[in-house]
Amino acid sequence: MKTRVSSTLLVASLFSATTLFSAATHADSLTAVSFGGAYGATQQKHMLDPFMEATGHEILFENYSGGIAELKAQVESGNILWDVIDVEVIDLERACSEGLLEPFPMDTLPPGDDGTPAMEDFSEEALANECGVGNIVWTVLFAYNNDTIGSGKPMSVADLFDTEKFPGKRALRKRPQVNMEWALLADGVAKDEVYALLETDEGQQRALDKLASIKDDIIWFDSWSQAPQLLNDGGAVMVQSANGRIFDAIQSEGKPFEMVWDGHLYDLDVWAVVKGTKKKALAEEFVRFATGSKPLSGMPDIAYGPTRQSSYAYVDPEIIPKLPSSHLDEGLKASGVFWADYGESLGEKFNEWLLE
Amino acid sequence: MPAHLSIKEIADSQAQLRRKKLVLFAFTLPLLLFVMLAFVAPIATMLYRSVYHPTVAQLIPQTLKQMQGWETQSNTLPDNDSLVTFALELKSLAAERRSGKLAEEINRVFPGASSLIKSTARKLKRLDEQEIISSQGTILLDSHKKWHNPALWRAIASAGEVWTSRYYLTALDLQLSPEGDIESRDTRIYLKLYWKSLRIALLITLLTAVLAFPLSYFLANASSAKANTLLVFVLLPFWTSLLVRTTSWIALLQTNGVVNSTLKVLGIIDQPLELLYTEFATVISMTHILLPFMVLPLYSVMKNIDPSYFRAALSLGAKPLPAFAKIYFPMTLPGLSAGALLVFIISIGYYITPALVGGTDGQMISNIIAFHMQSSNNWELAAALGSLLLVLILALYWLYDRMVGVNNIKLG
Repeated sequence: MKTRVSSTLLVASLFSATTLFSAATHADSLTAVSFGGAYGATQQKHMLDPFMEATGHEILFENYSGGIAELKAQVESGNILWDVIDVEVIDLERACSEGLLEPFPMDTLPPGDDGTPAMEDFSEEALANECGVGNIVWTVLFAYNNDTIGSGKPMSVADLFDTEKFPGKRALRKRPQVNMEWALLADGVAKDEVYALLETDEGQQRALDKLASIKDDIIWFDSWSQAPQLLNDGGAVMVQSANGRIFDAIQSEGKPFEMVWDGHLYDLDVWAVVKGTKKKALAEEFVRFATGSKPLSGMPDIAYGPTRQSSYAYVDPEIIPKLPSSHLDEGLKASGVFWADYGESLGEKFNEWLLE
Repeated sequence: MPAHLSIKEIADSQAQLRRKKLVLFAFTLPLLLFVMLAFVAPIATMLYRSVYHPTVAQLIPQTLKQMQGWETQSNTLPDNDSLVTFALELKSLAAERRSGKLAEEINRVFPGASSLIKSTARKLKRLDEQEIISSQGTILLDSHKKWHNPALWRAIASAGEVWTSRYYLTALDLQLSPEGDIESRDTRIYLKLYWKSLRIALLITLLTAVLAFPLSYFLANASSAKANTLLVFVLLPFWTSLLVRTTSWIALLQTNGVVNSTLKVLGIIDQPLELLYTEFATVISMTHILLPFMVLPLYSVMKNIDPSYFRAALSLGAKPLPAFAKIYFPMTLPGLSAGALLVFIISIGYYITPALVGGTDGQMISNIIAFHMQSSNNWELAAALGSLLLVLILALYWLYDRMVGVNNIKLG
């Protein structure tokens, strides 16, 4: 907030020089921010490049690693360097209600290429938050390596927790998200009761107890890039991973990996406009363009599902069964609302449990 | 020549001296400014942020004023006027799209309050002000059963305090009970992590010292051509990117990595050892990364030790070992102190290497500070944790000064 003179004073003074520069150099260009890697490259190819070609505007493409810390710092200091940003829905709820993003005029979204009005073309979840327009459906699932798994194939989340049937290390990302949900699913809780149960102390304890039953067999990692590597080098026989990374390892490197769709936690990414940007109109124009039928249809290159129904007309039919959007029934929608409420307190509890 | 300077001469020379000092000061001005901006100001802001927290007080000033009369310890709700005022303020916050800010702040004290406040705010936004006033607070209470919980209202009052010790208490695994007493928290992690960071940092300091001492001794006594060549090998990793060095440790230590496959081929082990994602991995890779910080000061101090002292001790009849311990070693202490201090202070706050190779065991306090900066967005708690780390380091520095003496440090 502007009124927080004390804390903004420093940041403002530190950044004042940068502001002068950015005002001079970014005058007729847009700064878009996303997650880089294969995903960023796909967005560059199907969204940014075509937009630059069609409109003549220039887009600077930067990377960040998610979360809202950097966004918060920019908006609070009043020094906005980013104009449009790719946000995970799990963060979107918080970013939007804290006033870090501009509400998007959803009624200006163009119809799909087949003429379907935008409101019907997009999946309901893609437009659920007033600040962002859904861009991809991605998911967290677990995968195993055919070469190291031994006899039998893991079919469900319960198998992930069954070290007798499937001995060996499991690699999970070191955070409560996904792991707490999986623990309850493996313990026999129904999908639609998971989040309600996790709100209670008993539910949280039950999830941690279930995780404790395989604690000695868990390898914890911090970055998604470690997942395919652990599966490849034999560090783990099963890994938790963003689906795109496993897909990429299978598709372009021919790895003998197998994805298990049971209990996968899917989520969306959206394009959103940063609060207070000087190029709001241009940023909105970009979002409208990037979430059009054709640009979205390029996202399955890395196995992320488009959020528009009309995009599927352009997608290779062989890829479609490998997209999260074809497996929604087997999965569970990650709850941004739940994690906004309990992310911090469960994060502490989870870390305490890790240190036990 | 006159024996005494005249008054004018004294004044002149003093003026000249002042001018000289001013010029010297002007030379250091850019650095001073830089240090103020890049070092003092951020730390001051951080310290300030960990105790001064006016956000909630700015968002709902009227409610907090109304609630002053409320007995926080009693198991009742605040009076109806407070409820109505809160509902009205929440309504206007929702209209300004600032209710999420309030929700996050209250949620920090009362997990689960975030969605409650946001959904209530959405409901209130649609209502008429008169309706809220005439309802006498029932609109609020009817919207969700959690509003009947006095603990929630205590949380609002507590979050509304402008000056707060809450974050420091949390950072020490403590909390305030409803009665205002300090008690230990249900979740206890931070003290354990401080202790662990301290232990790992000390271990790394010890290991670098043990490794660097013979190496520096050899370098200092070798011919200069040989010493220079070897020094390049010390410096080469120093010039390589930190990430590259950490990643190469991953390649070495992973399950089917270089170390494990070598041991397997040699027939020493059947099953690969678990090396990566352990405390061992953190310690060994950080020891490697920080080794130059120990070698360089040790080497430059040893280089300047006159070998004749040692020879004199021997020729006066001392045995080599006592001569080394009593004559040579004390002279290397300034370099050893400098290196140890550098390595210790760098390693206690180290972040990226433990995050990449440490798994669970190798987690340090810096990793949890990063969690509160990036994921939970609790910058105030991160500031309190960081400040305590600073206090810890200053306390150790003080202790060190008492025991070894800071004047005894030498980088060359």
